[in-house]
Amino acid sequence: MLEIVFYILSAITLGTAFLTVYSKNPIHSAIYLVVSFFSIAGHYLLFNAQFLAMVHIIVYAGAIMVLLLFTLMLMNLNKEDEVSKPIYIKFAAVFSAGILALVLISALKTAQPEMIEYVSSNEDYQSIKVLGKVLLNEYMVPFEFASVLLLVSMIGAVLISKKEEKI
Amino acid sequence: MDTTTFIIEKGTIIVVVFAITMLMAMYSTWAERKVAAFLQDRVGPNRAGWGGLLQPLADGLKLFTKEEFFPNTPNKFLFILGPGIAMSTALITSAVIPWGDKFHIFGKDVVLQATDLDVSILYIFGVLSIGVYGIMIGAWASNNKYSLMSAVRASSQMISYEVAMGLAIISILMMTGSLSLKEITIQQAEMKWNIFYQPLAFVIFLVCSFAETNRTPFDLAECESELIGGYHTEYSSMKMGFYLFAEYANMFISATILSVVFLGGYNYPGMEWAEQNWGVNIANIIAIAVLFAKICFFIFFYMWIRWTIPRFRYDQLMNLGWKILIPLAVLNIILTGIVMVLFN
Repeated sequence: MLEIVFYILSAITLGTAFLTVYSKNPIHSAIYLVVSFFSIAGHYLLFNAQFLAMVHIIVYAGAIMVLLLFTLMLMNLNKEDEVSKPIYIKFAAVFSAGILALVLISALKTAQPEMIEYVSSNEDYQSIKVLGKVLLNEYMVPFEFASVLLLVSMIGAVLISKKEEKI
Repeated sequence: MDTTTFIIEKGTIIVVVFAITMLMAMYSTWAERKVAAFLQDRVGPNRAGWGGLLQPLADGLKLFTKEEFFPNTPNKFLFILGPGIAMSTALITSAVIPWGDKFHIFGKDVVLQATDLDVSILYIFGVLSIGVYGIMIGAWASNNKYSLMSAVRASSQMISYEVAMGLAIISILMMTGSLSLKEITIQQAEMKWNIFYQPLAFVIFLVCSFAETNRTPFDLAECESELIGGYHTEYSSMKMGFYLFAEYANMFISATILSVVFLGGYNYPGMEWAEQNWGVNIANIIAIAVLFAKICFFIFFYMWIRWTIPRFRYDQLMNLGWKILIPLAVLNIILTGIVMVLFN
């Protein structure tokens, strides 16, 4: 039963991800990406990671994609003003995505032994209580670093969008 | 638990909740017109049925039989999808709401909640944040500049007020230490309502829920004087009916969330006493009635505000959201933290 669900979800994820890249209309791309995000959230639910699934939907589908659609709708995107993409840029994009995948796989590999520890202790390591304790005790410093990073980028965005005062 | 009984039990609850949501949304349209009439010293609908009680049915019949008109759009599928998304997101929130404690039927306890998620509140926020897609996709696919303006307004308004809403609820979570709505309700038993402990959070949440449900004074997305009909300008027949219906369903759901999180949900003073003396079933029937009384009060409140306060201007809306509500919500979190450290 779960396996069938997994295969259906995987098919939707890969199919919509492909269509995101393939479709010509940027708005259609964005909508396919939203569907893809939802099926990824479904994958999280299959692992019983409720918190991760919900936060994924709120942050990606609910905030980021809404903002993206918002800007796409405001822009008048036509065929003529599409930026030309030379072959070396496409190659660089594929290459950097491959490197990112490599980093993610290695990170997941190192996370494996930690997970086995939780599984053997029979603790619900997906619950918010355990997650919060681990994030704010063991991984306090990296967690705060991430939040500082987000704050810095937010301040940067505000600075860029601010009107320059005439002297 | 046996799988079959589990499916039957949960299926019944889901169907009943769905029916009740639809019924409440239907009669909210009637109540809105009656309240408007009352506030403006008119009579209101009084032709179909006693006191106009059959008016919602007549309206529904009219919408179903109207001609379906399609604008000249290359995105016919998205045009149809828009109202569908709006309606389904309005309906699926009710899955995590505790309507009562439990019934004792056929020798077993039936919990009056479709599912008690560990992350109920996050679920509600998730559904809320995707609710705007219905408006955005439908309006963009209409191929109409007024609709597009409305979609842009709706999405920016939704995102702005979601921040303040989330920050307001954090102070509640700090007190309760749980994200489950059932747990939050249980902790408010015997008049320990959150509204008495967190009045500021309540006010912020209330204002934000007006914005999230696109109700006056924040209904900039369908501002008739500027945008004709807003996002549903190009819609006709039942597709427009779905948009209007989704708004009322949203109103019912947000009234429910307000009463569950801040007004103690199904709790009423003396519930424990009633449970011991009159039995579980009667105590819970009263509990459901109490919850619905609270919900009806909030729905009335929404209508009362709609016919009292004029619409905000767009920049005023943004200023209120970002410069007043968000700082206030942050302040409330800090205050809650200080009080919790000092008194616990």
